[in-house]
Amino acid sequence: MRPLPPPARNPYWRFLVAGVRGQSAYPLATLAGLVANATFGLLKGAIMGAAVESSGGELAGYSAATMAAFVWLGQGMLGSVNFWGGSDLQARITSGDVAVDFLRPVSVQAAHVLTDIGKGLFALLPRGLPSVVIGVLVSSMALPADAGAYALGLASLLIGIAVSHATVYVVATTGFWLVETRGVSVLYMAVSGFFAGLFTPIYLFPDWLLTLALLTPFPSMMQLPIDVLSGQVTGAGAWQHLGTQLLWLALVLGAGHLTTRAGRRRLEVQGG
Amino acid sequence: MRNALRAYRVVLASRARSQASHRASFRMDLVGALLVGLIEFTEIWVLYTASDQIGGFTLTQIMLVFGLSDLAFSLADLVAGHCDNLPRYVRAGTLDVFFLRPQAVLAQLVTSDLSLRRIGRCLVGATALTVALVLNDIDWGIGTIGLLALALACGFVIFTAQFVTAAGLQFFLVNGAEMTNAFVYGGRYAATQSATVWPRGLLVVFGAIFPVAFAAYLPVVTLLGTPGVAGLPAWLGWCAPVAACWAVVVAAVCWRWGLRHYRGAGG
Amino acid sequence: MNVIETDGLTRVFTGRPERKNRMRRARHVAVDHLDLTVREGEAVGYIGANGAGKSTTIKMLVGILVPTSGTVTTAGLHPLKQRRALARRIGVVFGQRSQLWWDLPVRESFSILSAIHSLTADDERARTAELVEMLEMGEFLATPVRQLSLGQRMRAEVAAALLHRPELVILDEPTIGLDVLSKQRLREFLVAQRREHGTTLLLTTHDMGDVERLCDRILVVDHGRLAFDGTLDGLARTVGARRELVVDLATPHGDLVDLHGAEHVRSESDGLRQRLAFDPQRTTAARVLAAVSERAEVLDLSIAEPDIEDVVREIYRATRG
Repeated sequence: MRPLPPPARNPYWRFLVAGVRGQSAYPLATLAGLVANATFGLLKGAIMGAAVESSGGELAGYSAATMAAFVWLGQGMLGSVNFWGGSDLQARITSGDVAVDFLRPVSVQAAHVLTDIGKGLFALLPRGLPSVVIGVLVSSMALPADAGAYALGLASLLIGIAVSHATVYVVATTGFWLVETRGVSVLYMAVSGFFAGLFTPIYLFPDWLLTLALLTPFPSMMQLPIDVLSGQVTGAGAWQHLGTQLLWLALVLGAGHLTTRAGRRRLEVQGG
Repeated sequence: MRNALRAYRVVLASRARSQASHRASFRMDLVGALLVGLIEFTEIWVLYTASDQIGGFTLTQIMLVFGLSDLAFSLADLVAGHCDNLPRYVRAGTLDVFFLRPQAVLAQLVTSDLSLRRIGRCLVGATALTVALVLNDIDWGIGTIGLLALALACGFVIFTAQFVTAAGLQFFLVNGAEMTNAFVYGGRYAATQSATVWPRGLLVVFGAIFPVAFAAYLPVVTLLGTPGVAGLPAWLGWCAPVAACWAVVVAAVCWRWGLRHYRGAGG
Repeated sequence: MNVIETDGLTRVFTGRPERKNRMRRARHVAVDHLDLTVREGEAVGYIGANGAGKSTTIKMLVGILVPTSGTVTTAGLHPLKQRRALARRIGVVFGQRSQLWWDLPVRESFSILSAIHSLTADDERARTAELVEMLEMGEFLATPVRQLSLGQRMRAEVAAALLHRPELVILDEPTIGLDVLSKQRLREFLVAQRREHGTTLLLTTHDMGDVERLCDRILVVDHGRLAFDGTLDGLARTVGARRELVVDLATPHGDLVDLHGAEHVRSESDGLRQRLAFDPQRTTAARVLAAVSERAEVLDLSIAEPDIEDVVREIYRATRG
C-alpha cells in the first residue's frame, strides 16, 4: 500500500485552521453571542429605521432597506472583527511568554494575525449568517443584486476582517514598550467601533468628523465592507473601496512588521 | 448590625485605597471610562444632528433621556458592575471561599470590589443631564425635582438589579455568559432611546421584563410632555418605583435559583 | 459533644445527558452513605486517593454543597440553613483556594477578617500578635499576599482560619507543595493550638507524615465509602505499614526475592533499581540494606514513605481478603 502523502507543510495555513478549530468547542457561548447580537440588532434597527423615516425616507444616502442592511450586516460582522482591543499577544507580552514566540521559526506577526483571522472567519458561520437571516426575516434589508456584487462583497468582508486583526496586532505590540497596555486597549475599544461605523454609518458624521474617520483604518474594517456587501456601493465605487481597504491592510501590516522587529530588539536588549 | 456593616465598609475601603494607590493606571482608567461615555454620547449626537427628530424627540430632549439613564447606569456599574466576575470565581473555585464567611454570599460579591475608575463614566452622564436640564424648557417645581430624583433612584435600582440578575443566571450559563449582555448592556442602550421607535417585541422586553424604559424615557415623557408610546398614559413615569420593585424581585429570584443550583440543591 | 455527625451522607453528581441516549446521564457517586462522628477535641486525619470524595465531604460539612441524601450536623448546626452561624464557629483552610485578599498586604486581610468576625479592636490586636508570633509571620505582614511564597501563604491562611478561635478547624490538603521545614512548622503550630485551646481538627491530606504527627484517629475513604476508621497503629496493623527502600545497584541484578525481613516490590531498569518493602516495626532500613549488600553492590539508596494510594489499596485488600 502506498504511504499517504505528508500533510500540508505550510505552518501559516495551520495557524489559520487552528484559529478556526479553536472556536468550535463552545456551542453555548456561540448561542449566547447570537442572543446578545440579535438584541442589539433589533434595538439598533429600531432607532436607525426611525431616523430614516423621520428624515423622509432617506438619510445621508440610506433608504430604509439599506439602513437595515447596515444594521444587520454590522451585527453579523461583529463576531469576526475585534473592536475591544485585547488579544492573545497582549496577554503573552504581559506575561513574558512572547519570548517563546520569537524562538519559533515562523513570523510572530503572521502567526498571531492569521490565527485571529481564522477565529474571525469561523465566527461568520454561527454568528454572521444567523444575523443576516434574522435581518432578512425582521426587516426588508437590501442585498447585492448579482453574483459579481456578492463576490466583491465577500472579498471586501474578508479584507475588512484582516485589517481589523492586523490593526489590533499593532496595538498589542505597544506592549513591548508600555508596561500597562490596558489604557491603550480601552482607548482602542472606545474609538474603533465608533469610527468603523458600528453604531451609526460614518456618512452621518458632520464633514470634519467624516474626514477624520477616513484618515484611520477603522472604516475599512466594517463600514466599507458593509457598503459593498449591501449593494449600496457597486461597480467602480466598490472596486475603489477594495483598493482603500487593501491600502490600509498594507500600511497596518507594514507598521506591525516594524513594531515587531523593534520590539524583538528591545526584548533582546532587556534580556527577554 | 453596626458590626456587620463595618465588615463591608472595611473591605470597600481597602479596595478603594488599593485602587487609588496605583496612581498612573488609575488615572488612565478614569480617562478611558470618560472616553467611552463620551463616544456613547457622540453616537446619539451624530444621529440626532443628522436627523432633526427621531421618535418624537429632538437632540436636547434625548439628551435628558441619555443623561438620566447613563448616570443611573454608571452609578450602578460602579457599585455592582464587577458582579460579572462571577463566572471566573465559579470556574476557579474561589466562590467557595464566600461560603466560609459569616456573610451573605451576594453581599460579599457586590462588596468584593469598587470599580472607582467607573466614576469617569458617571461624569459624562452627569454632565449631559445638567446641560439637558438647562437647555430644555422645564417647568421647575417640587413635582419636577421629585420626578427627576425618583427616576434617577429607580434607574439606579433597576440597573443594579439587572447586574445581580445576570450574576444569578451565570450559575447556569457559565460559558454562555454573553447572553446576559443582551439585557444588561442592551438595556443600557435601550434606556437611552425613545421607546416610540420600538416594535412590540422590544416594548415588552425593555418596557416590562427588563423595565429600563422606566429609568429615563417614561419619566422624561411625563416631565416634558413629549409624545409617548401610543396607548400608554402620560403619567407612567411616576410608576418607576413599580418597575424598580419588579427588577428587584427578578434579581432576587435569579440569584437564589442560581445559588441553589450551584450548591446542588435541586437544580 | 459531637462536633461532626453525619448519617448516611450521600452526594451524587449527575452529568449531562449522553449524546447517544438522552435518557441516560453519567452518575458519579462521590460520597456513599457515610456515617461519621467526630467528638470534641479529636484530631482526625481523613485520607484517600484523589477523587475518593474527601473534598466533597468537606463541602457538605461546611455548607457549600447540599447532600443528595442523608444528614449532616456540624458544630451542632445545619450547614445549609445555618451557614452563617456555622461560619463563626469553624475555620477552614482550602489548600488551593485562598481566603486572603490577593493584592492586599497580609495585615489587611487579618483586619478585614477581624471585622467580618466582629472581633473587638483589642481582641484583634491580641489575637493577631499571638498568631504572628507563633507562626513567625512578622517578616511578611506588609507584603501583598500574591507575592508570598507558598510556605508563607499557608501560614497566613492557617492564621486567618484561626483568627476567630473556632472550635473546629478543617484543613483540606494544607501541606501540599510545601518544603519539609514549612510542613514541620505548620504541624507544630497545629499541635500547640490543640493543646492550648482544645480545638477539634479535621485534616485531609495525601501526606502520611501529616497523619502520623497530627492525628490520633484516621479515616480512610475509598470511592466515597469509609474503608477504615481507627488509630494509626490500627492502620499499621491492618495494612502492615511499610516503608520502601529503593536501592540503585552497580550492575543489573535479578529480582532480590527471599530477602530476610523485606519483600521485593518492583524492579526497574532491568534490575538496576529495586524497591524493597519492609515493616519498620519488625526490622530496620539498615538491616535490609545489609541483606541487599550481601548479594549485590549498592551504589545509592533512598527511603520512600508509603503512598496514600498504596495504603488505600492495601486496606481494600485487607478488608476483602
